[in-house]
Amino acid sequence: MCLGIPGRIVDVAQGRPRMGTVDFDGLRREACLEYVPEAETGDYVIVHVGFAISRVDEAEAARTLAVIRAIPDALATELGTEP
Amino acid sequence: MKYLDEYRDPVLARRLLSELESTATRPWTLMEVCGGQTHTIVRQGIDELLPHGIRMIHGPGCPVCVTPLEMVDKAIAIASRDGVIFCSYGDMLRVPGSGGDLLGVKARGGDVRVVYTPLDAVSLAVANPDRQVVFFAVGFETTAPANAMAVKQAASLGLDNFSVLVSHVLVPPAITAILDAPDNEVTAFLAAGHVCAVMGWTQYEPIAAAYRVPIVVTGFEPLDLIEGIVMAVRQLETGRAEVENQYVRAVRRTGNSRARDTIDEVFTLTDRTWRGIGEIAHSGLRLSEAYRHHDAETRFPVEREATRESEVCIAGEILRGTRLPTDCLAYGTACTPRHPLGAPMVSAEGTCAAFHTAGRGRQATLEEQ
Ligand code: SF4
Repeated sequence: MCLGIPGRIVDVAQGRPRMGTVDFDGLRREACLEYVPEAETGDYVIVHVGFAISRVDEAEAARTLAVIRAIPDALATELGTEP
Repeated sequence: MKYLDEYRDPVLARRLLSELESTATRPWTLMEVCGGQTHTIVRQGIDELLPHGIRMIHGPGCPVCVTPLEMVDKAIAIASRDGVIFCSYGDMLRVPGSGGDLLGVKARGGDVRVVYTPLDAVSLAVANPDRQVVFFAVGFETTAPANAMAVKQAASLGLDNFSVLVSHVLVPPAITAILDAPDNEVTAFLAAGHVCAVMGWTQYEPIAAAYRVPIVVTGFEPLDLIEGIVMAVRQLETGRAEVENQYVRAVRRTGNSRARDTIDEVFTLTDRTWRGIGEIAHSGLRLSEAYRHHDAETRFPVEREATRESEVCIAGEILRGTRLPTDCLAYGTACTPRHPLGAPMVSAEGTCAAFHTAGRGRQATLEEQ
């Protein structure tokens, strides 16, 4: 649960807390963007348990995703798609 | 060099490793604190590629592994109550308590649910006003901002049926405890990149200065780790003891101030027992007075039960870095990721699970390294 997964913000909603949709390599999830007020649609962020905590560039996002894919079930566990 | 070709940039990895070879003149022992980093190190065989004398010890950075048995037992007791919807991150469900796990509660008809984010638990409380929703708030500084926000959200919605069972742990006091141990061998630390993305690294500066120990904030991709190791060894060899940042792509010195402020508002420092390690002063977070209303421990008083660890499991020694999973008699036989006897075999971030996934055999022992 502590890994943190990079994804791209595809849409930002109004309201509090600030929420948005983040695309993790094709899988889309709601995420809270309250801690990254500067991040907008198109930006890459690292998401922990549904919260973006840091902005990263696209190349870094790709590298980190590659690492996470190498860890069995990590993506599924982090994104809550496990049974 | 059997694993080197799998690296995303084998040329750079080779260059860094040969620099390490020429820099290291003495044996050094480094500890990586983050379980994600342990996974990369073991899977990629980085520890086996290091020059002779440079040793990696795997630290206690797996949130599932260090959650105290007493808390797991409390979670099981609360989850077993009628009218409770108990929510948790997936990997906590299989952590063995004294007499079973949360998955067992679910099998017996308990309403135990896996959530992806604590905000999902808040939504469940909104949707089920006649039920009590309890969220198991575990983890390091990385999950604390999320859990803090969930509590704030529940408070602002005036939800009387949402509470959290808080068992947060903090990295800097654990580093200090490891350094204070009489048998400590660690000469440098790789600090967890994503913990520092939230907290920054100012808290590590007094530790590095007081204990004369280099601390390098490191990411968790193979090249990050090799570079972090090189940076730490360079410091050791030149007699420096500073905090350096290898993970510049995601971490700034003061971290994420909004996230830190929310943690400070909702939580306050507390002493915390770490599974396998024991109590460490001021090493955890509990709800602050203003949010006590949402504390599951006060809402559902649980008799303190006698806790019972598995007799064969040597998780404590593994979390302190004094033994390896391969030293455990149950490793790979009675204890596997499908049927874990101890917490380090449960989550992908646990050292035993990392060793098992990487196919490490029983022969390696600390003495042989
Ligand atoms: S292999 Fe299993 S039983 Fe042995 S120390 Fe690890 S978790 Fe405990």
